[in-house]
Amino acid sequence: MSGTLNVLIGLAMGLNLVALGSSRLPALIQAMSLQGVLLGVMPLLLEEEGFNWRVAVVAAATVIGKGIVIPNLLRRATRAANIERESDPFLGFVPSLLLGAGGTIAAVALARALPLLPEHAGTLLVPGAIASILTGFILLIGRVKAISQVCGYLILENGIYLFGLLLIHSTPLLVESGILLDVTVGVFVIGIIVDRIQRAFDSLDTRRLTTLRE
Amino acid sequence: MWLPQLVVRLALWLLLAPLLPGLINRVKAWVAGRRGPPVGQLYYDLAKLWRKEVVWSTLASPAFIVGPAVAWVAVVGAALLLPLGPAGAEWSFRGDVLLLLYLLALARFATAWAALETGSAFEGMGAAREVSYAVLAEAALITAVVSLSLQTSSVSLTTMLAPTAGAGAVLLAAGLFTVLLAENCRVPFDDPNTHLELTMVHEVMILDHSGPPLAVILHGAAVKLLLFSVLLVQAVVPLDQFSRGVAVAVLAGGVLSVTLGVGLVESFLARLAFRRVPLLLTTAFLLCLFALLVAWKGGVQ
Amino acid sequence: MIAYLLILVPLMGAALAALWPRESSRPWFLPVVGGLHLLLTCALFLAPPAVAPGDWLAFDPLARAVLPALSILFLVCAAYGVSYLRIRAERSNRVFVASLLAILGLLSAGHQARHLGLLWITTEAVTLAAVPLLHFNGTPRAFEATWKYLLIGGTGIALSLLGSFCLGYASLHGGGVGDLTFAALTAQGTGLSRPWVLTAWVLLLVGYGTKMGLAPMHTWKPDAYGEAPGIVGAVLAGGVTTVAFTALLRVRAVIGAAGAGAIADRTLLVIGLFSIILAALFLLGTRNFKRMLAYSSVEHMGILSLGAALGPAGVAAALFHVWSNGLTKGALFLAAGNLRRAAGTASLDEARGLSQLCPHSSAILITGLFAVTACPPFGPFFSELQVVRAGLTGGHNLATGVFLAGLLLAFFGLTRVVFSLVDGRPRAATREESRRFVETAGVLAPPLVLLGCSLWLGLFPPTILRAAWAAAVLQLFPTP
Repeated sequence: MSGTLNVLIGLAMGLNLVALGSSRLPALIQAMSLQGVLLGVMPLLLEEEGFNWRVAVVAAATVIGKGIVIPNLLRRATRAANIERESDPFLGFVPSLLLGAGGTIAAVALARALPLLPEHAGTLLVPGAIASILTGFILLIGRVKAISQVCGYLILENGIYLFGLLLIHSTPLLVESGILLDVTVGVFVIGIIVDRIQRAFDSLDTRRLTTLRE
Repeated sequence: MWLPQLVVRLALWLLLAPLLPGLINRVKAWVAGRRGPPVGQLYYDLAKLWRKEVVWSTLASPAFIVGPAVAWVAVVGAALLLPLGPAGAEWSFRGDVLLLLYLLALARFATAWAALETGSAFEGMGAAREVSYAVLAEAALITAVVSLSLQTSSVSLTTMLAPTAGAGAVLLAAGLFTVLLAENCRVPFDDPNTHLELTMVHEVMILDHSGPPLAVILHGAAVKLLLFSVLLVQAVVPLDQFSRGVAVAVLAGGVLSVTLGVGLVESFLARLAFRRVPLLLTTAFLLCLFALLVAWKGGVQ
Repeated sequence: MIAYLLILVPLMGAALAALWPRESSRPWFLPVVGGLHLLLTCALFLAPPAVAPGDWLAFDPLARAVLPALSILFLVCAAYGVSYLRIRAERSNRVFVASLLAILGLLSAGHQARHLGLLWITTEAVTLAAVPLLHFNGTPRAFEATWKYLLIGGTGIALSLLGSFCLGYASLHGGGVGDLTFAALTAQGTGLSRPWVLTAWVLLLVGYGTKMGLAPMHTWKPDAYGEAPGIVGAVLAGGVTTVAFTALLRVRAVIGAAGAGAIADRTLLVIGLFSIILAALFLLGTRNFKRMLAYSSVEHMGILSLGAALGPAGVAAALFHVWSNGLTKGALFLAAGNLRRAAGTASLDEARGLSQLCPHSSAILITGLFAVTACPPFGPFFSELQVVRAGLTGGHNLATGVFLAGLLLAFFGLTRVVFSLVDGRPRAATREESRRFVETAGVLAPPLVLLGCSLWLGLFPPTILRAAWAAAVLQLFPTP
C-alpha cells in the first residue's frame, strides 16, 4: 500500500518541478491539475480496511475541486486575459528549477528531523508536503503573472493537503476544512475574471500592481 | 591471446558505429513517409571522403589535422574502456570511469581546438555553443556516474554497470537519454540536417574540414553515439541476470531501441530555441540528481 | 445558548440584508444587528455562563475579556455606516452590508472558538468575507489592494492551517486521540511531541501574525487600509486583527503547557519589537494619511505581541490594550474617513489645510492622534504604561527601552503627517471637492463616542472589566 502511495507522492514531487520549469501557462495549469487528481486518489490508498464514506467524500471533493473546477476556471481566466506564457519572471526558470530541486532534497533531509508515528514512517508524505510548499512559495515569489501566482498558491495548498493526510483518520473536521482553501483560490480566480470584465488592466501582470507603495 | 580479442572488439566498434546514423535517418524517413537514404549511407560517405584531398586553410596550424585525429583516438579509447555485456571491457581497472569521462572531454576539446584553428568566426561561434552545452551536459553525466557508483560502491565500469539501477532506473534513463541527445548534437539541441550557419552547433564547427579529416570526425561522432547508447542500455538494464547469449541479444536490442528513440524524437520534436536549451539540460541534470538521491536513500535503508 | 446567538444573529442579519429589496433602508440592518449583539454581549458579560472544558464554542473568560470591545466598536461603526452609505448612494450596498454583518458573526465565533480547527475555519471565513469590503470602491487601486490582501492573507491562512496540522500531529504523536480542543491540548501538556510543537508554533505565529499584521508579514495592511472605506478600516483594525491575537494567545497557552513557553515568549517579544520599530520608521516616511493609520495599527499589534510575551502581567496589559487601541483607532479611522471624503484624496501632496474645510473632523483626528500616541488621560496611555511596567518587573529592560524609543519615533511620524494634513491653506481643487461633503452629526458623533470610550477607559476603568481581564489571564496561565 505504502509503495503505491510513495510512487504517487514521487510523481507529485516531479510535477512540482514540471510546474517550476514550464513557461507556458496551460502547461502549468495542466501540471497543477494533474497533481490535484493524484492528491485526490491518495486518501483512498491510505484506507486500510473497508470503505469510509468520510474519506471518500474528501477524495471526491479534492479531485473535483483541484482537478477539474479550479483548472477550468483558470483556463477561462487565461482565455479571458489572453495570455499564454509567463514572460520574464522575477526568478528565471533555470534558477527556480534548481531552487525547487534543492528544496526537494532539503525536504527529504528535513523530514528526518521530525519524529513520525510508526504507521507513517515509510511514507514520503512529509517530504512531499514540504517540497510542494517550497515550490508554491517559489512560484508565488518568482512569477509575475497573476495566474502563475494562483497556481503557486494551489501547489502550496496541495502541500498542506499532503500533510493533512497524516491526520485524516484521527481528527475530524480539521482536514476537511482544508477544502476551504480551495474556496480562497476560487475567489482569486473569480476576482481575475471579474476584473477582466471590468477591464481595469491591460495585462494580468502583477508588476503593474505597484501604485500602492511608499 | 589478447591481441585477436582486441582486434575483434575494435572491428565491432568501428564497423558497427556508422550503422546508427543510417538507422536514425531511416526511422525519420519512415515516419515522414519517404524512402530515405540506404542504411549504409555513412559507409559510402566515409569511403568517398577518404579518397578526397584535404583543403588547408593558410592560417591553420597542424592542429587542424591533429585535432580530429586526437578526438577520434580519444573516443575509440573510451569505447574500449566500456564493457560490452558479458564480454566485459578490454581494459578494466579501478577508476576507469574517470578516464572515460576525461577521454570524452579530451575529444571535445580537440574538436573545438581544430575548429578554432580555422580562424573563422563561424567555427568559433559553433565551438562556443558546443562547449557551453557540454558544460551542462557533463554535469548531468557526472551526476549519473556518481549515482551509479554510489549504488554499487565501485568506481570501475565493469562492476558499476553490472547491477540494475533499481527504482532510480527510470530517472537515470531519462537523464542519460537527454545527455545522449545533447552530447551527440541531436534534436532538440542541434539539428544535424540544418545548413544555416546561424543555427548550427556541431556542424558549423566542422564546416571547414574536408577529405579524410572530415571522415575521421564523422566516424568519431558515430562511435560516440554508439558509445552513449551502450552506456545507457547497460546503466539501466540488468544484463547480468541473463545468460550470455540472451545478454548480448538484449544489449543489441537495447542499442537498437535507443537508436529508434533518437529517430522518433527527431521526427516529432522541433529544435529548441537557444535560450531554452539550458532549461532542458538542467532538467537532465536534475533527473540524474534525483536518481542519485534515490540511490543514496536506498543505500541507507 | 446565548453564545450561539451571538454568532447566529449577525449571520441571519447578513442573510436578510442580502435579500432585503430596498437600498435606502438596508443600512439600518447594521445598527439594529449591532445593538442586538451588544445587548447579548452585555447579558453574557454580566452573567458569564459555565464553560465545559470540551466545548468547541463557548463564551469563556478570554472571549469575555475581548468580545465586548468588538461589540461596542461594531455598533458605533454601524451607526457611522448608515450615514456613510447615504453619502455613497451611488454604489449598491447589498454586498457591503451583508459582508460586514457576516464578519461580525464570524468574529464572534472566532473569539469564542475553543477548537483548533474551528478557530482556523472562522479566521479563513473572515478573510474571505472581508474581500468585498476592500473592493467596495471598485477602483484599480482598490483591486490592487484586494489582490495583495488576498495573496498575503491567503498565504498566511494556509500556513496557519499547516501549523494547526502540526499541532494536531504533535498531539497524535504524543498519544492523543485526535481531540483538538484547546482544553484537551493543554491537558496533554508535555506529552506533546516537542519538535512538532515548535514547528507548529513557528507556522501558527507566522500564519496568525499575518492576519494580525505583525511585521514583516504586515505588507497587505497599508494597501488594504489605504484603499478601503474608513469604516472597514476601523472594523479590520479593531476586530479582525484582534481575533488573530486571541488565536495566538490560545495557541501560546498550549505551547506553554507543552513546556516551550520560553521560546514562544522570546519569538513574540522579537517579532513585537520588530513590528514597533519597523512601523515607526515607515510612519516617518509615509505621505498618505490612511496608510499612516495602517502603520500605526502595525505598531499597536507589535505592542500586543510584546505584551503577550511578558507573562501574566503583560497579557493583562495586552488585553487592556486590545480595548483601548481598538476603540481609539476606530475614532481615528472614522475621522480620517471623513477627511478623505472631503479632500477626495488621501495623499499629503494634494490634501492640506483641512482644518479650514472640516474643522470638526480635524479636531477629532488631532485628539485621536494624541490618544493613540499614548498621551494621558486616554486609554492607550494606561495600557501601554502597564506593558512598560510588566516589562520592567519582568527584567526586560532592553526590550522596554526599545519599545519606548519606538513609541517616540511613532509619535514623531504621526504628528508630522496629521499636522501637515490639517495645517496650511487648502488647494482650490480640494476646496471644490469638499463642498460635496457636509459634516453632519451622523459622521461626527460616532468617532466622538469612540474617543469618549477611550477617555472612559483611561480615567475610570470599571472594576468588572479589570476582573474580566484577570480571569482571562487565569485561563491562559492556570498555574501562576
